[in-house]
Amino acid sequence: MNVRLYIWQRTSAAIMAPLVVVHLLVIFYAMRKGFSAAEILSRTRGSVAWALFYGLFIAAASVHAPIGLRTILAEWTPLPARMRDVAVIAFGVALAVLGFRAIAAVVLS
Amino acid sequence: MTQTLQVSLWRGGAEGRYQVYEVPLRENQTVLDVVTWVQRNADATLSYRFACRVGMCGSCAMTVNGRPRWTCRTHVSKVAKGGRLAIGPLENLPVIKDLATDMAPFFEKWQQANGAFAPSKSRAEPIERISPDSDDRRAVNAAIECINCGVCYAACDTVRWDPDYLGPAALNRAWTLVNDERDAGNTARLAAVAADGGCHACHSHQSCQEHCPLALNPTASIAGLKRRTTAAYLRGEIKL
Repeated sequence: MNVRLYIWQRTSAAIMAPLVVVHLLVIFYAMRKGFSAAEILSRTRGSVAWALFYGLFIAAASVHAPIGLRTILAEWTPLPARMRDVAVIAFGVALAVLGFRAIAAVVLS
Repeated sequence: MTQTLQVSLWRGGAEGRYQVYEVPLRENQTVLDVVTWVQRNADATLSYRFACRVGMCGSCAMTVNGRPRWTCRTHVSKVAKGGRLAIGPLENLPVIKDLATDMAPFFEKWQQANGAFAPSKSRAEPIERISPDSDDRRAVNAAIECINCGVCYAACDTVRWDPDYLGPAALNRAWTLVNDERDAGNTARLAAVAADGGCHACHSHQSCQEHCPLALNPTASIAGLKRRTTAAYLRGEIKL
């Protein structure tokens, strides 16, 4: 960890903190109401607001998680530094691709 | 009948084993007294390190019943559970022999953290007046009494996991200089502690302050460095 990664990690965490709260509240709400997948999709399809909400969430998570994973790999595995960095960048890209694909599938379809 | 202690001492280098000695129990006895008794009366080949015996020099730290401690100021009555002591070399440092560790990596990291004072004036110029009440000087006072015993370094999980991590003592030292108005080396120092293995590697487990024999708080010093380096980086004063 260095100061640049530290700033990225803390900033992305600060962005995610309120988003996580909203995300959990929405889950509780949907569970209490007993919504089916079809009912949830009927509320989220075509919603630019939800696309922006989860778009920001995924962007922040795709930055945040690889930095933490990089530290874990550095401390717990003998992976060489370059291989470790390539692995966590690939992980971050995968998170972003899967996340944005899911948003596109839910919101745009 | 004289009461005795069952004392297990680490013998050998990195590969070695604990050997048990029977040592007379005294009413007033430090762990260093016990080690010295063994060296003088039971086995003269036992290697260990000490100098001042009064908690000033920082050379006698060892692992005592699993915890890093300064042995000259640790009373046996406080730590010998059931009359047993297990004394080993400090963790996280190479063992030279028996209870003596190689402190070179510890002091090399001290230097990597730019732990040496960088003077801003020559001796011909007048000395700055530094108010004892200033925020900077208060921050220095809180951290300056480190005796470099290595206890925090041996107690630190991050040091154990990341061989490049500078460690609590070196970063604590850097923090005292960052707050020293007379020092001229802070840009380079902040860059040194902001790099990989620097202050941001600290997980704030706080083992350093838990074990520091002088009750210093290197975690707080490291937190200060995190704030100071972040501000300097965002202002463009330091580059990685």
